[in-house]
Amino acid sequence: MSLTIAVPREIYAGEKRVATVPEVVEKLLKLGFAVRVESGAGAAANFSDESYQAAGARISGNAAELMDGADIVFKVRGPTADEIALMKPGTTLVSFIWPAQNPELMQRLAARKLTVLAIDSLPRQLSRAQKMDALTSMASISGYRAVIEAANAFGRFFNGQVTAAGKIPPAKVFVAGAGVAGLAAIGTAANLGAIVRANDTRAEVADQVVSLGGEFVKVDYEEEGSGGGGYAKVMSEGFQQAQRAMYASQAREADIIITTALIPGKPAPRLITAEMVQSMKPGSVIVDMAGEQGGNCELTVPGEAVVRHGVTIIGYTDLVSRLAKQSSTLYSTNLLRVTEELCKTKDGVINVNMDDDAIRGLTVVKDGTITWPPPPPKLPAAPPQAKPAAAAMPAKKSGHGHGAGEPASAKSLAILFGVGALLFWLVGAFAPASFLSHFTVFVLACFVGYMVVWNVTPALHTPLMSVTNAISSIIAIGALVQVAPPLGAETVGRPGALILGLAVAALTLTAINMFGGFAVTRRMLAMFRK
Amino acid sequence: MSANLASVAYIAATILFILSLGGLSNPETSRRGNFYGIVGMTIAVLATVFGPRVTAAGIPWIVGALLVGGSLGLYAARKVQMTQMPELVAIMHSLVGLAACLVGFASYVDTSIVLAGAEKAIHEVEIYIGILIGAVTFSGSVIAFGKLSGKIGGKPLLLPARHWLNLAGLLGVIWFGVQFLNAHDINSGMLPLAVMTVIALLFGVHMVMAIGGADMPVVVSLLNSYSGWAAAAAGLMLSNDLLIVTGALVGSSGAILSYIMCRAMNRNFLSVIAGGFGTGEGAAPAAAGAQPAGEVTAISAVETAELLREAKNVIIVPGYGMAVAQAQHTVYEITKHLREKGVNVRFGIHPVAGRMPGHMNVLLAEAKVPYDIVFEMDELNEDFPDTDVSMVIGANDIVNPAAEDDPTSPIAGMPVLQVWKAKTSIVMKRSMASGYAGVDNPLFYKENNRMLFGDAKKMLDEVLVALKS
Repeated sequence: MSLTIAVPREIYAGEKRVATVPEVVEKLLKLGFAVRVESGAGAAANFSDESYQAAGARISGNAAELMDGADIVFKVRGPTADEIALMKPGTTLVSFIWPAQNPELMQRLAARKLTVLAIDSLPRQLSRAQKMDALTSMASISGYRAVIEAANAFGRFFNGQVTAAGKIPPAKVFVAGAGVAGLAAIGTAANLGAIVRANDTRAEVADQVVSLGGEFVKVDYEEEGSGGGGYAKVMSEGFQQAQRAMYASQAREADIIITTALIPGKPAPRLITAEMVQSMKPGSVIVDMAGEQGGNCELTVPGEAVVRHGVTIIGYTDLVSRLAKQSSTLYSTNLLRVTEELCKTKDGVINVNMDDDAIRGLTVVKDGTITWPPPPPKLPAAPPQAKPAAAAMPAKKSGHGHGAGEPASAKSLAILFGVGALLFWLVGAFAPASFLSHFTVFVLACFVGYMVVWNVTPALHTPLMSVTNAISSIIAIGALVQVAPPLGAETVGRPGALILGLAVAALTLTAINMFGGFAVTRRMLAMFRK
Repeated sequence: MSANLASVAYIAATILFILSLGGLSNPETSRRGNFYGIVGMTIAVLATVFGPRVTAAGIPWIVGALLVGGSLGLYAARKVQMTQMPELVAIMHSLVGLAACLVGFASYVDTSIVLAGAEKAIHEVEIYIGILIGAVTFSGSVIAFGKLSGKIGGKPLLLPARHWLNLAGLLGVIWFGVQFLNAHDINSGMLPLAVMTVIALLFGVHMVMAIGGADMPVVVSLLNSYSGWAAAAAGLMLSNDLLIVTGALVGSSGAILSYIMCRAMNRNFLSVIAGGFGTGEGAAPAAAGAQPAGEVTAISAVETAELLREAKNVIIVPGYGMAVAQAQHTVYEITKHLREKGVNVRFGIHPVAGRMPGHMNVLLAEAKVPYDIVFEMDELNEDFPDTDVSMVIGANDIVNPAAEDDPTSPIAGMPVLQVWKAKTSIVMKRSMASGYAGVDNPLFYKENNRMLFGDAKKMLDEVLVALKS
């Protein structure tokens, strides 16, 4: 039995995105699902009902009709109380939820006995989760759009030009916060030809800023601002002071400021004060991407573009919706990847597998029980750290004269020693004295070989093998002593010719090995150079 | 030369051999190491020839044999291509094995050695074991040579009840061993000895036939170890301490090398020897369940060049495919070009890449790639997230993410190079066929992965042309 995915029209004011685009409908059908779309759902993003129909979706006249018989609901914005009431108990909802900010919404979802996957709760540090990361895809769109909005409001070219009508200096753009949105803004502005500077409290993003064509501006204060999971944290007072000084100087210089600074679950930090705005050149533009969380600029009016002290301050909260077709396409691809994870069997049935790290993180309500926040996922940094430790162990052990790679379990060690002891007892009890001296030499030589070889770098394994191979032609000695030994009285019946033949043959074979082995090793080693 | 002088010379040779192996631990000292080996061998041979155990009558024979064999060996060493190193090493192992057998037989038919009681028994046991190891080494190495040079298919040949066959062989060897020890004269002892030799030869064939291509590095170093043990056994039967020491040195070093290889593949030592890769119980659920799904994205040589040009950090992961296509020189040309442009190019080598331990390092060295940009897996596995492009050339299993993600995969737990963590990974491959382990590779279906289909050499040449234009 295949499940039905329903895609309602987004009713939030100003929301132009749609959770599934026709292209993705086709892929969902291939996974075995049936897809229903509310009439007009894609209209704002330029996807007509006909295009959905052509892709194989059924069109429902209104939300009530759509939800009746829907097993899975794909949405962009979290549902309203009315929308929740339309959903059957047991329905699976995939949408933005922001569980930390919307506790009452969570209660309502749980009360309706839904299973809810909050796309914003994805454990982003899992590399496998990247393809499902709608926050990243949406943030990079809004970063792009922020630059476009700035360019629109800005009265000059971005790139410097020398024209017949005179020289035009390039625009100077300052980006505060080099997260995904900030980086997208840096890249876009740099591509338009502006001089881009950027700052972030996390020093490790400096390289990324540079790689996109920006210049990283440091705050003159020592403190690391990584708050885990790739997010920033709140900084100390001393740092903030130094930061303010830096922002003030950037504000005087820059033509355009784009702020993207957000700290999860906290109001946006106030980075740009009214005085800084005042100090900017008339005609400058500020795009405040943190408008929804209160804004990084003191004078931002969320959702609007206003002019203060001659500076245009854009506080749009719907940057993503202003690129509705692009963002719908990316968002629906993210949802498709989530669906693939849920439906590995491709038979149109989903399995919300709570043992899967990514799915566990996404699921905030499971069959009416709130499962948010999830237990901390296995740390992403742990495996790479564990590995060198494991690798270092044999190296250290060899120093102590213990070759065995992993510390053997006590049991296997005991067995090993037991067998060894038995063997030694057998030799000691039965072998003659002359054998014992050879045996001593043999055992000690084994250990010497063992010690010597542990330190060989893996790059030289091939030359090592070829040199040991050459050395193993020492068996020539065995042949040599048989060619023509000094014979005593007991020569009667000795098949001398046969022995000579065998010995000479053996000698020839080992000579090939001896000369060839050393020569080829020499040839190989001559090639190793710095 | 007196017996004492010969003994002292032997000790000198032994020390030189140990220094030789020790010198090989580091590229700086490796050339000296090889030189020590040559000096040690020369001393050992001369001390024996002029020692008390060889009379003047034997000299012409010895010189003749050394001349013939030596010139053959030198010729082979000069002619061999670096990509054929594994084959050469394998065939050389077989020579040592065969020589050990011959020495064993010669020693047995030699009536000039008269022993009695326990000494006689031990001597015969030594002969028996020496021939046994020699024969296994010989036939195993010949098969390994065949597999490595492509004369025999690389797929493991798995006879039904192969473990029972091996066990039966072992019991046969023991039974004939008892017969051999109880034989009264040489003629009656010859039959069990001959039968055992045949069993040992068959066992060697069977052992290597059952081992898949991916396990070849382990086999080559294992055979290396066997050839050492064969020499040590010969030393015991001839009461020659130099042979014992050197054989044990080679034997134990080969055994450790095999152990290192096994650990690099997360395989049990015994299961490799018992044969068959990916043939255990783990294979069935993997084949049925976790087939990676999705679409692969192909890329052209020009686009590859584009990606490389824009990258800042590049890691190249070579595999056996590079050796087959002889592409190492083109790889170096590309590397040189990119490095001149300021791109940080490094090589990531998996311990079992290729068909013998360290195979890739030798190939890259041949192409004049400086060894300080060639890194081991552990050294750069953490750097992949900061890498723009990781380029996989003819490697498969060593970059398979299933080893980490999919506990049912036959290669689960094997450490792999995490190329998929780079921003973009490019896999050069002839077709979508799976690697030697016969495991499908989810890497190919990853979103940030691109496939560059075609012969590695040809495609890399095109990439180079596109880079230079």
